[in-house]
Amino acid sequence: MPQELYILAILDGLSYAAVLFLVALGMTLVFGVMNIINMAHGSFYALGGYMAASLGLLATSMGASPAWSLLILPLAAVIIGTVFGALMETTLMQRIYTKDPILQLLVTFSAFMIFEDLQRLVWGTQPYFVSEIVNYLGTAEVLGITYTRYQLFLLPGVALTVFVALRSFLKYSSVGRQIVAVSHHREVSTALGINVKRVSLLTFVVGSILGALAGALASPTVSWVPGIGGEMIVLSFAVVATAGLGQIEGALVAAVLIGLARSFAVYLLPESEVLMPFLIMVLVLLFRPQGLFSVATARRV
Amino acid sequence: MSRAKIAVIVLALAALLLPVVLPWIKTPLIMATAFGIAALGISILIISGQISFGHALYVCAGGYIAAFAVREWAFLDSAVLLCIGALTGAVLGVIIGSFVVRYRGIFFGMLNLALSMVLFAVLGKFFTYTGGTDGLRLERTPFFGIAMARDQFETVLLVTCVVLALLLGWLVQRYLRSVAGQALAAVKTNETRLEYVGISAYQAMWIGYIISATLSGLSGAMFAIAQGLVTPEMGYWVRSGEIVFVTILGGVGHPVGAFIGAGIFEFVKLFAAAYLTGAWQMVLGIVLIAMVFLAPRGICAMLETDKSEGKDGS
Repeated sequence: MPQELYILAILDGLSYAAVLFLVALGMTLVFGVMNIINMAHGSFYALGGYMAASLGLLATSMGASPAWSLLILPLAAVIIGTVFGALMETTLMQRIYTKDPILQLLVTFSAFMIFEDLQRLVWGTQPYFVSEIVNYLGTAEVLGITYTRYQLFLLPGVALTVFVALRSFLKYSSVGRQIVAVSHHREVSTALGINVKRVSLLTFVVGSILGALAGALASPTVSWVPGIGGEMIVLSFAVVATAGLGQIEGALVAAVLIGLARSFAVYLLPESEVLMPFLIMVLVLLFRPQGLFSVATARRV
Repeated sequence: MSRAKIAVIVLALAALLLPVVLPWIKTPLIMATAFGIAALGISILIISGQISFGHALYVCAGGYIAAFAVREWAFLDSAVLLCIGALTGAVLGVIIGSFVVRYRGIFFGMLNLALSMVLFAVLGKFFTYTGGTDGLRLERTPFFGIAMARDQFETVLLVTCVVLALLLGWLVQRYLRSVAGQALAAVKTNETRLEYVGISAYQAMWIGYIISATLSGLSGAMFAIAQGLVTPEMGYWVRSGEIVFVTILGGVGHPVGAFIGAGIFEFVKLFAAAYLTGAWQMVLGIVLIAMVFLAPRGICAMLETDKSEGKDGS
């Protein structure tokens, strides 16, 4: 394999990892606080992309400059995340905290099925591809490779900014520390006077916005088709499980690992592309069942 | 006679007699029975408190291996194909089960899901062997040594499926009442105490997992023979979710639950496809949420004659 292909694979891998990380971050955050894997998380990703595409089309038809996309993409994510995230938290999640884990998974799976049809009813089955922003930002040269600035700077830039912002939010702000407290122990947090209900709602909405943001940012780079959310949920779980559930820093490493593995597979062994994330996850879980970055916890008898 | 037993008889008679009046109903009934057998497998895992979002893997593998077998040896009897499907499930269950049953809860569910996605992806990618996303066609082979026309073939298949369903339902019930089956239920209530008693939770789970995989493999071969076609779609994780849905809908208290659930599922799908094109998944989702909140023990809990109150969600 010539050197150019290596560089190309690395760039592809990193821009893909940025998207993967954002989705996984939302999922792992929600898991950390609520102890529930939200199987509908991929739907937020899909809805975010659709919303961004629709708003993008609307802006183009009004003759707005593609630069507006920089505003439209996050706006789409916030709309989707707030509306659907809050809706799902208040109608479903709040009622299942005390239920059997099987039933919790089932409820989020049902939500996934409902969202899946909802987006099919609203956006139909035709593919959406609104990529004006990618062309507008143009290309840059890296070590002899021409690559779009959007994927080279914007995607990883946003992912890293979100990572740093979220970390310092959790570490230094009062609300952030409340979130961490609830993730450690729900009951004790309640006893300490933390409004656990509000913290849960907030976390879920933030998690949903992160999923939708990843979708909105990814939508200009790939054609948006039905079923994209179902694929993403599995991939993002692979990242979350590889890192260890609830591990934010670990998710970053795992996303880069899986992103790079996947893009190298594309160039070296195309058939194995879809397998890579799962192979990595299965391998990691075989040797470290709690994930790469989790510390094993004592079992409560 | 308990109400569950009456339900079994009513269901079996309905499956056998309805096609006499309505011939078109034969295929949906075969599908429902096959679905029910897969759900029976899942119900074993649910009793142990685990949920698999990947058992479509065994359904799909059972179907594909049956299709490969027909391709290789065109003279194979359809009854043999059913055995091949079950055997495929069993072998895969032994291998995959040996390491998946070490995990619990979300990891168990999602690891199964990941493995089923691996198969799904492989089937779609390796076009030369698997026919890619178009799948593979199966020629109709003789059944019990007799070559049959389509209509007759379906009748025999339906009767075979119903008889198998009755037999397997009975066997699963026997298994769940045995020491191995009771140990499985104890994994859910308190695994540590089970180990204190001296029973290996790993072994109990493994046996349960192999049985559930075998049932799913058999159901896959049934689907393949009934449709004359296998596609990677059979192994998509949403299909696994549908099997889980059927199981929860019917309830795990009695084997008949799996078949009640499968029957309702198949006919909701049939009518939703006709009247609510594109929204039937939504209907399923809403029904499932309603079940979880209103009747977490499924329809068959309503059939129970003794009113011993179970724990919420068991």
